[in-house]
Amino acid sequence: MKKYVCQVCGYVYDPDKGDPDSGVDPGTAFEDLPDDWVCPVCGASKDQFEEETG
Amino acid sequence: MKETYRAVEVCDRVYWVGAVDWGVRDFHGYLTSRGTTYNAFLILADKITLIDTVKAPFKQEMLARIASVVNPRDISCIISNHAEMDHSGSLPWIVEAVQPEKVFASVNGVKAIADHFHMDREIIAVKDGETLRIGNMTLTFVETKMLHWPDSMFTYLGEKELLFSSDAFGMHLASSERFADELDDSVLEHEAAKYYANILLPLSPLVTELLHSVGGLGITINTIAPDHGPIWRKDVNRPLDNYAKWAAQKPTNRAVVVYDTMWESTAAMARAIGEGLTAGGTSIRLMPLKSCHRSDVATEVLDAGALVVGSPTMNNNMFPTVADTLTYLKGLKPKNMVGATFGSYGWSGEAVKQMTEMLRAMKVEMVDEGIKVRYVPDGDALAQCRSLGQRVAESLAEKCK
Repeated sequence: MKKYVCQVCGYVYDPDKGDPDSGVDPGTAFEDLPDDWVCPVCGASKDQFEEETG
Repeated sequence: MKETYRAVEVCDRVYWVGAVDWGVRDFHGYLTSRGTTYNAFLILADKITLIDTVKAPFKQEMLARIASVVNPRDISCIISNHAEMDHSGSLPWIVEAVQPEKVFASVNGVKAIADHFHMDREIIAVKDGETLRIGNMTLTFVETKMLHWPDSMFTYLGEKELLFSSDAFGMHLASSERFADELDDSVLEHEAAKYYANILLPLSPLVTELLHSVGGLGITINTIAPDHGPIWRKDVNRPLDNYAKWAAQKPTNRAVVVYDTMWESTAAMARAIGEGLTAGGTSIRLMPLKSCHRSDVATEVLDAGALVVGSPTMNNNMFPTVADTLTYLKGLKPKNMVGATFGSYGWSGEAVKQMTEMLRAMKVEMVDEGIKVRYVPDGDALAQCRSLGQRVAESLAEKCK
């Protein structure tokens, strides 16, 4: 599963870790995150994330 | 101008060329009781370099200070560590005035400067860890995304073991003294804590991470030059240790009781709760919102382990000043707190429930669903309030063990 990077602040969503503080279990792919999920660091919405390259 | 405003030496070949703002009191919702400074620095390397600028009204002073040590047109590089306008406000003007060879900012900084100033001029993006030779000296850039903006970065001058830390380790404190060792310790402690509480608290996990990664860079830091307040040239461990402590957010045996009141009934409840907390061994700060500014409430919350909020109900909602402060605190994401709510009401009394919900959403551990009293609290009601204070104190003592 690919990691995704917040283009506003640089936070990396790692599917292996999930985002437990926001109720997202480890193993959740980025695509499967709810539409209203936001970056836990800066609040940016899903559409401000890009797939991690390299 | 040139004769009146002079650069101040920080160390050999490095000068402060900023501005002191003695009169500012409202800094986007932060009460800057002691004013502030906008720090900019000039490095007299082979390639003369300016680090940051000042808020726009002070641009002429900055230029004059620069001119007191060099011909401003000899500035080769300008570095923008942070795009917020207290530091970038004079950037377009100074670029016009001195025509530097190059202007640098972080990747996000380039975007932010474009979205602020729409300049007709290329800003060069530097990456995390990138170095820049300015002739006989070298600068290293350290990205600090979201500390406290997406564009924020530090610039490290290796030859002087000097870290230009942008807003980090800074404080809003106007002074004629430029160095922390020249200033009163209790003033420094207070203003440093206030700055952290109001600007950096929600970003605490990033602060912890940054302190680790800077430690891992293997660089020596002997001077920290932030963009507000005094420069740390002795004992740089003090601001670093303070940040580690504040970022950890360990609960302390202190309670903030913040409230507003329409006819002194909620106030009476607040005072009774305060009595109970004190009897339970907790140190308290009672903060009536008619007297206390939201930014001072935030400062007390930084050091506290309990947050107790009181409000009357007006037109089915919590009182507007309480909504203001609670919204402000919500954004600051304080952690590891216990709490409770209270208020007097007339007929519908929604405030207590609203505040309880809001505190729960802020992950405050609620000791109680809240006490509400119709109109003026009698002896029994006040005793209930005192008892609530005692229960919060007990809960807090448990957490602090």
